[in-house]
Parts: sequence; structure tokens; C-alpha cells
Amino acid sequence: MEKNITLSVKDLKKEIGKREIIKGLTFDLREGEVFGFLGPNGAGKTTTIRMLVGLIKPTSGSVRICGYNIEENFQEAMNKLGCIVENPELYPYLSGYNNLLHFARMIEGIGEKRIREVTELVGLTERIHDKVKTYSLGMRQRLGIAQALLGEPKVLILDEPTNGLDPAGIREMRQFIRYLAEKEGLSVLVSSHLLSEIQLLCDRVAIISKGAIIRVDTVEHLLANRERVAWRISPLEKGKQLLSSLTTIEEKEDGTILTEFNEQKTPEWNRQLVEAGVSVTEINRKMPVLEELFLELTGGDTIE
Amino acid sequence: MNKLIQNEMMKLIAKKRLIVIAIIIGVLVMLFTYAQYKQVQTQREKLGTSDWRTILQQQIIDTTNRLSSSRMQDEWKKQLQISLKQQQYYLDHDINPAEPGAPTFMRIFLENSIDLFLPLMVMVIASDLVSSEHSLGSIKLLLTRPVKRWKVLLSKYITLCLAISLIIAMAGILSYLISGSVFGYKGWGAPILTGFNVTETGLNTSEVKLLSLWKFLLMDFGLVWFVSIVVGTLSFMLSVLIRSTAAGMGVMLAALISGAILTNMVSSWETAKYLFMVNLRLTDYMKGTAPPIEGMNLSFSIMVLFVWWAAAVFVSFFVFTKKDVY
Repeated sequence: MEKNITLSVKDLKKEIGKREIIKGLTFDLREGEVFGFLGPNGAGKTTTIRMLVGLIKPTSGSVRICGYNIEENFQEAMNKLGCIVENPELYPYLSGYNNLLHFARMIEGIGEKRIREVTELVGLTERIHDKVKTYSLGMRQRLGIAQALLGEPKVLILDEPTNGLDPAGIREMRQFIRYLAEKEGLSVLVSSHLLSEIQLLCDRVAIISKGAIIRVDTVEHLLANRERVAWRISPLEKGKQLLSSLTTIEEKEDGTILTEFNEQKTPEWNRQLVEAGVSVTEINRKMPVLEELFLELTGGDTIE
Repeated sequence: MNKLIQNEMMKLIAKKRLIVIAIIIGVLVMLFTYAQYKQVQTQREKLGTSDWRTILQQQIIDTTNRLSSSRMQDEWKKQLQISLKQQQYYLDHDINPAEPGAPTFMRIFLENSIDLFLPLMVMVIASDLVSSEHSLGSIKLLLTRPVKRWKVLLSKYITLCLAISLIIAMAGILSYLISGSVFGYKGWGAPILTGFNVTETGLNTSEVKLLSLWKFLLMDFGLVWFVSIVVGTLSFMLSVLIRSTAAGMGVMLAALISGAILTNMVSSWETAKYLFMVNLRLTDYMKGTAPPIEGMNLSFSIMVLFVWWAAAVFVSFFVFTKKDVY
């Protein structure tokens, strides 16, 4: 198991002035896994990611990429790493190709062949000689990924990769990230403040709040028993009585009733409602919301 | 390293800054050429067209007469002899001293642009070399490559030095070509007086000598290049320290302009001579103009500028390699 660890973070801390922004993070990334970094805005995601890629110097703690310490062996470590921090800010006045050429020149042994490969991989071959300022946001994002992949990295770090993309773009990006992890064996670290996104994309998740990791777990474990079902029924009183005899219910202000989700029991409850003459107009399976997850995990601690 | 410099050059050329600078220099040179041409014309009208040879001959006779007088101080005598040689040269080579050729125009242009115009052009490039990467956000991509930070900065600095050399070469070539089309391209060998020394007792002319214009120009170019490198390095430092290109430019511009103003009024504030901006007019020392503050001379100014340069290089590299990038 140890062999497969590609990114190892130990007790990473950052102080700005006297304030501790990041309070000792420890986690590992394994080969071929998509790791989610989940937290609300201001939780310290971006600061952490910038420490992982060497833009910010940690106050203490270590980051190792494929065994190389990022402070002591910067060049070796960065050779194994590809990243996009926030938006991929490429040079708008250069063509896509020249942008890739620019970054390829900064990595030893990367030539035109590799530039062509990554261009094809992200599907930009037709527009690669156009200026980047004529690109759509989705194309820029793809060019950003292309530059991150230039050096054939083992670890890919993406900060909010779906930010600003339309739904089709988000799906495309998701499929692409899964492909990189499963077929190319990359470790991908993805940060997001959207639980739904992490849920669809990641194998494991670290939840971070106020600069500390609250929990690291697989997505299934994290979400188990937290899904809810919303019912819209009439007459309301009768249905409520019936449902409350079957399970615990919670009435919402908009007239819906929330119950737990259970794959076997939910259809059964529905049948009983219908048989009792209650008409069911809506059954809606609800994903847990990030806020609720936080409230539960932090025990009522507020999110800033 | 070569590849990094190639990168920086590619960005610089894509931004089209150098072309803009070439156009600005071209336009200005044309303006000055026209102004000079007008001046020459009015002078001609005053004196009559072909009179200058007679006037020069008359001057030579005058000087010779004064030289033969026995009551003259040795020092004064020597200077007169030198100017006699100069006048004789003009006559022998059929050069009208009032009408400059392209090389003379080039010299005047360089001397007048050393403290404001050329530093301004250099600033256009230097002040956003680093800060533009910040405002664009591309600094994050640039610094997450397997290349050490000091190498990234050094490649930018070398690119800056190359660009400065190019700007000065452009200024030289453009001023020669454009003014030459009006005044003619001759006059490289014309003699020019240099070696004045301003001391506490006044102008010391003991070391005055005649120098061919091309030699003099070579020295001028060297000094202009040095001043531009110093100003470029200072703007480069500001570009590292201040993220906003506009703010960095503003600070540098204020410094340069305050230098131009201070030169006229600091003669009694002696410590002001350690400010870089009052030391920029290096070419004035060659002509023997009195320095803004007593006790300043060519080597002093070069030393002051050198210290500022070294400090700017140190600060730039120290901050750039240490700073957290947000």
C-alpha cells in the first residue's frame, strides 16, 4: 500500500501573522484515485493547494510528491506534478500552441511530439493555432488541462475545475478526470465547494473546515444514511399520520414531508399511502446538502 | 536558460511593445529633425546662405590674433588653441558648425533623452515584466514548473537587458537614418571638445582635448546604455514588489520627473546627490556642464547609480524567491 502513495501531506501548517490559517493537515493520495477536497469558501482549500504546488511556503509540515519533498527537491517534485490553480490563466495574446510551447520549454525533455499528444487528448487540434483570447471558457479550461499534462505528471491538482463551466462542460470535465485516473493511473486531487460534484467524481473525500480536516473517508461512507426523501401528499394530515407510524418524519414549511431514504422501504411506504387513499404527487430523493453535512460533522459549528 | 529567455522574448514580441516603442522613437525623431531643420533655416536667413565659410575664417583669424598676444594666461591659451583646431577642421572638411550632420543630431538626441525619454521607454517594458504575470494570474503556472524561481526571474532580467540594448540601438539607428535624410549622413570624424572638469575653483580646462565624434558617440552610447539599465532594473524591482503595473509605473515616473525638477533646485541640499534621479545626466559631464550639486563628477554618479542597481537586483531576487504567491 505504501508504494502506491503519490502525494503525502504531513502536519501541514500555515500561519499568517499570528493567525493559524491551516492547522495541521495530514492526508495521502494513492495511484489512480480521485481525491476530493471539500469545504466551504474560506475554509483554506486554496491556501492548502497553493502550498501543495509550492506557491506558498508552509510554516511547518511537509509535502512529498512521489517521495520528493517539495521544499528540498523542488525540481524533482514539480516534475511529477501537474496543476491548475483556480482558473487556468494562460497568455491571451499567444496562440494555444505557443502557450503549450512556452510551458513545454520549462520542462526538460518535452518536445513537439508531446504537445501534439496533449492537444489531441483534450480535443483542441483544430483551434490550437488561434489566439487564446478567442477561446471560450471551456476551451481555455481544456488548454489548461493540456498544459498540466505536458510533463506526464503522476499527480494532478485541480482547483475548482468545473468553475464557470456549463452543464455539458461539467460533465465532459468529469468524464475526462475519471478517464485520467482510471486509464492513465494518475492521482487527481480536486477541490470543490459543491458536494454534488465531489460525490459524482471522487473516490475519497477530505472535508475541511476552518483550516482543519474534519474527516477523510470514501464517498459512500460519508453519504450513507444521509439521503432523505421528500413527499408531497394530500390530504396532508392523514398521510402524515400514516407515515409517522412507519418512520420518523419531519414536516417542512412548504408542505412537504421529509423521511429517511431506504431502498427497500420507500416503495413500500408509497404503496401503503396509496392503499389508504392518500394521493402522492411527488416523491423526491434528496442528496444531503453540504451545510447539513457540516452541521452534523462539526456538531453545530457554523460555517463562515 | 536559453529556452526560458526564448519564452520571455516570445511574450515580449507578442505584446508588440517593442514595435510601439520603435514608432514612438521614430515619430519623436521626425519632430526633432523638423525643429532642427527650421532652426538651421532661420539661421541661414540671418547670415546669408554661403556666408559661414567667411565667418569661420574671420573667427580663425581672430583667435590667432588673440593667441599671439603675450598677456594671456597659459590655461586660456591652451583652450583657444583647441578651439582653433576645431574651427580649422570644420573649414578643411567643409562642415558648417551651425548645421549638424546626422551624427551630431544623434549626439544631441541622445544627450537630451538620457534622463527622461529613454528611461521612459525602458520603463514601458520593465515595469510590467513581472507584475503583468501577477495581474494575469499566469505567475501561478510559471512558478509551478520544475524550474527554480531565481532562474525564472533571471530569464526575465536578461530579456530586459536585451530589450534595453535593442531600444538604444533603435534610438541610434532611427535618429541617424531619419535626420540624415535631411542633414546628410556625413560628419563622423568631426572633432568635439571633451575632458572638462568642474572643480570648486571653477571650470578646469587643463584636460580638455579634441575627440572624433564617433569616439565621443561611442562613449555617449555606453553612458546611455548604463543609465537605461539602472532605470530598467529599478522599474523591474518595483514590478516585483508592486503587483499593479500602473502603480509601479507611477512610482517610477514620479521618481524620474522629480529628478528632472530636483536637478534645478538642489544645489544647496548636498545629500540629494545620493539620489539616483539627479545622477542620470551622465552625458553632461562629457560636455562640461556644471553638475546640479557641487562635488558630483562622472565617476561619482556612476558609483551612485551602480549602488542603486546592485540594491535593486538584490531586492528583486530576494523578494521574488521568498514571497508567497496568492
